[in-house]
Amino acid sequence: MNEESLGYIFISASLINNFVLAYFLGICPFLGVSGKMETATKMGGAVTFVMLISSLCAYGIHWLLVLLDAPYLQLISYIVVIASTVQLVEMFIKKMSPALFRALGIFLPLITTNCAILGLALFQTNKEYDLVQSFVFALGAGTGFTLALMLMAGLREQLDFSDTPKVVRGTVITLLIAGILSLTFMGFSGLGS
Amino acid sequence: MVVFLALAILGGLTLVLAITLVFANKQLYVYEDPRIDKVEEMLPHANCGACGFPGCRPFGEALVAGKVLPGKCTVGTSEAREKIAQYLDISLGEEEKRVARLACAGGANVARNKANYNGLPSCQAASLISGGGKGCFWGCIGFGDCEAVCEFDAIQMDGHGLPVVNSDKCTACGDCVEVCPKGLFSLEPVSHKLWVACKNLEFGDKVLEDCEVGCTACGKCVVDAAPNLIEMINNLPVIDYGANRQGKEAIDRCATGAIVWLDEREGAIRGKESRKIIRQENKVMGPS
Repeated sequence: MNEESLGYIFISASLINNFVLAYFLGICPFLGVSGKMETATKMGGAVTFVMLISSLCAYGIHWLLVLLDAPYLQLISYIVVIASTVQLVEMFIKKMSPALFRALGIFLPLITTNCAILGLALFQTNKEYDLVQSFVFALGAGTGFTLALMLMAGLREQLDFSDTPKVVRGTVITLLIAGILSLTFMGFSGLGS
Repeated sequence: MVVFLALAILGGLTLVLAITLVFANKQLYVYEDPRIDKVEEMLPHANCGACGFPGCRPFGEALVAGKVLPGKCTVGTSEAREKIAQYLDISLGEEEKRVARLACAGGANVARNKANYNGLPSCQAASLISGGGKGCFWGCIGFGDCEAVCEFDAIQMDGHGLPVVNSDKCTACGDCVEVCPKGLFSLEPVSHKLWVACKNLEFGDKVLEDCEVGCTACGKCVVDAAPNLIEMINNLPVIDYGANRQGKEAIDRCATGAIVWLDEREGAIRGKESRKIIRQENKVMGPS
């Protein structure tokens, strides 16, 4: 049982220990989908959504594994359960809301096996969060991911109009900016302690 | 023993999940009309949005649902449209071909620059800085955003920095209409022969100072044309294309050649009394 307050968990997951900029999880969508603000926002929404689902799944499966006295199967069963649950949710959305499916559809399969999702599930087990804490943790992590993605997208959109030196144009300047962004987020490290 | 327990747990877990997914796949199966895929295949895959739908697939869905007719797609070949019409057993609904037209004729050889713009070579960027360098606030800036945005290679910049539309290649997708910061492009049916190639809202000498081919709002075309065909609104002739009464007489006495007759073979024909432009080099920049 963990005694951290819900507010602290949220702030910690979104800012202090931002999944992308402090833990370096989910770097591939961070660099891949941050070209445009619109797709970045959608991707952030999709990731938050999947995080919430996988957090619930991980809580359930962890409870089951403890009951069966086999916690060493944690990692592999998390992957299986999260992947199939997202698949299930995808089918459900496709049936119930075609509009939402068109907005999220292409992102969902991309996210299912993302390290940020698996990392979230493993962290919450390690920290022994209860159900409500896990939920808030997932919400915070998702918000932090969206925030990082949107910041990056905004910067990259500005970058298109700026006169960057030839040597750093393209991927180089993107990675440089990601580094500086990460550096700024390190400034949150004293928050809440 | 532990190995068997692990195998049993994982085996059971995967089995349960697999059964759930199979069951869900049956229960949540979404029926899609197979004709949508077929129709989409026959469409040009340009996803340009000229039909008013977000892309070829939504247009295909609307076609299958019977909401539109294949003629709305102006991009594909007429054979492709006929094939779709036959496949769905609906009428063709052919629409008149439309092309993008530029309402400006002020190239660098006839229009004066009031300032020298040295920034990012893009009309959208230039127009942000007090409307670009052109003397005429309404005129074409000439960096060719339209040429860049056209997916069909239908727009080429001529030697004087004016876009020229190749009407054979133009599919009326409307990308250039959207990208032009001055709003100079519009999609016009090819039967609209009479055309005002100017958007300058000033009148008289004020226009001529900036551009030799601008409309001075003298009103001769209004008098010469059929009654009520042309009306002067905001110092520009506005043509009523409704009843097909267009005639060549309207362009005859235009002194600057701002109103033209667009011929299919000869291109834009200027009036007999319009002044001839023989200068090829750029106009010198000077104070207004």
